[in-house]
Amino acid sequence: MMDDILYSTRDLTVDYATRSGDVHAVDQVSLDIRRGEILGLVGESGCGKSTLGKALMRMIRPPGRISGGELWFDGRNLMTLSEKEMQHVRGGEIGMVFQDPMTSLNPVQRVIDHLTETIRTHEPKVSDAAARARAEELVEKLGIRRERLDDYPHQLSGGMRQRVMISLALALRAKLVIADEPTTSLDVIVEAKFLDLLRELRDEFDLTILMITHNIGVVAEVADRVAVMYAGKMAEVGDVYGVFRDPKHPYTQGLLQSVPNIDLDEHELYKMEGSPPNLLNPPSGCPFHPRCPQAMDVCAVEVPVFHEVVPGQSTACWLYELEATRD
Amino acid sequence: MTEALVQVRDLRKWFPVKQGFLAALTGEERQYVRAVDGVSFDIRKGEVFGLAGESGSGKSTVGRLVLRLLEPTDGSVVFDGVDLAGLSAEEMRKLRHRMQVVFQDPLASLNPRMTIGEAIEHPARIHMPQLSPEERRALVLRMLEQVGMVPPEFFYSKYPHQISGGQRQRIVFARGMITAPDLIVADEPIAMADVSVRALLLDLMMQLKDEFDLTYLFITHDLATAKYVCDRIAVMYLGKIVEVGPLEDVYTNPQHPYTRALLDAVPVPDPLHRRTEPLPAGEIPNPINPPSGCRFHPRCPIAQEGICDGEIPPLLPVAGNPEHRAACFLRTGEYQHLDPLR
Repeated sequence: MMDDILYSTRDLTVDYATRSGDVHAVDQVSLDIRRGEILGLVGESGCGKSTLGKALMRMIRPPGRISGGELWFDGRNLMTLSEKEMQHVRGGEIGMVFQDPMTSLNPVQRVIDHLTETIRTHEPKVSDAAARARAEELVEKLGIRRERLDDYPHQLSGGMRQRVMISLALALRAKLVIADEPTTSLDVIVEAKFLDLLRELRDEFDLTILMITHNIGVVAEVADRVAVMYAGKMAEVGDVYGVFRDPKHPYTQGLLQSVPNIDLDEHELYKMEGSPPNLLNPPSGCPFHPRCPQAMDVCAVEVPVFHEVVPGQSTACWLYELEATRD
Repeated sequence: MTEALVQVRDLRKWFPVKQGFLAALTGEERQYVRAVDGVSFDIRKGEVFGLAGESGSGKSTVGRLVLRLLEPTDGSVVFDGVDLAGLSAEEMRKLRHRMQVVFQDPLASLNPRMTIGEAIEHPARIHMPQLSPEERRALVLRMLEQVGMVPPEFFYSKYPHQISGGQRQRIVFARGMITAPDLIVADEPIAMADVSVRALLLDLMMQLKDEFDLTYLFITHDLATAKYVCDRIAVMYLGKIVEVGPLEDVYTNPQHPYTRALLDAVPVPDPLHRRTEPLPAGEIPNPINPPSGCRFHPRCPIAQEGICDGEIPPLLPVAGNPEHRAACFLRTGEYQHLDPLR
């Protein structure tokens, strides 16, 4: 395994059991997260991006389950770890930040107690005073005055609560932070500040960040690479400049064109036909083919293989498979 | 100039803060959240007037005051020449069919036990008693078609949970349109929709506007989306309008430092245009005791002591253009010579 890859999934599949049968919420996804990068994972509701984020920490609860694939994190296959070993990975090595910090923080616990409890659970030898000192130093780096540590979560603003969530991940020096829609409940100015902070933290702590979001603008703003999911499958992955300049998958193309842009002179947005498929009964072949303006006969029959089509940019689309065979 | 459909003047809404028993006993002064604190604007016939701002700016409260879903603390709303404050509940009810509202969450706006057809028909039952049941049904089917729910007979008997989020918002629009209103207050109507659905809903809004001669009050936190639909826009901060004008003027030549900051902070979907401008310090202050003078002054990069923290700046024309106005002493007021960036 290459050393610059921190996390790597191979053919990861997550199924949800429903009355009408199994749903592949994540369908054979192979994704590499490189050390020190901010990887933006985008897609619309129901595409499986949050499920993928949870699966990376093995946090899928019944009726869902990881039904196949490998999870290689920092040299270990997490699928082979016991639940107890996983608990050390969660929080300790992989931190998580969710959309709504209010539901992730305990309302009757002071902010400081969240931090010292986290530190002392994972590192029982650390004294309370030492844990507090570490917490104080950390939150000040994140722009929260140390006096605020004695506040309860409801006394903080939304932006501050989100910074507390990040501090919980950093308190144990997590290598990877999975942030699921971390800015969705924030106002734009607070959001912009939070994105600045993420960039600074990445540089200072050598952090790797997986940023799961529906907001394409946020990805363009902070990500180094971007991964686009559609109907449980990976549609496209690549360098953020490459994907935004020359998206390969027709879904990525449509998605990027339908994002409102305050800078351009365009006065109309691209309107993508149709809506994402029902995963109980997914389309045959490429899941995007019923909506795809460039669909061919083969698209309805066979699933395209995900592969690199230009250096640093991979996609699963027959348009490029054909090019490859023609050469 | 086109006629105003809605005239809002010096509108105020102060919500009393819950007071403890002891505080009331000791005669402690009651505190208020000044959600809307002296707001004036016109919505012209046939336009899309945008009201933008962050959470707590008071934009949604203004929307509810315009519809008189809330009683103002002070000030007036005149709808098509009629002062709403003077109307009795009965008179207000008679006017209601001319103004409709669309909220952010269509699932919360629809009764889960009513079929889509019944939901759309409901306002017609109340406001159009002259119609026979057959006529009403025909009208509902026409509305369904109008919002792109075809075949209408198929959707008529569906329940809200059986259709997608984007389709639900279409139903809410159809229900709003059935009484042929003049004004639609759309409060974050597309905030919950996915990117690909947003474009379709915006398109629907504009289509309905053309077909039914609608006027919109479009309330949003998303300046990028506002760009595609609004003719004019007002930016609110802590209960006050800081800048108002034709969308293009406000976006290309923002005068109030807050408007500028808000526009700069919007993430652009292009990695080649990453933001480099600094952001304003701090966060939105408490609306219970808002800062003196210009409410933005504690966070403002150009604020001057002794000026911006004293009086409240009035909305004044930008470079003599009465259409574009901003409330900043250093940009449009009498202290322009003190603007450090000039």
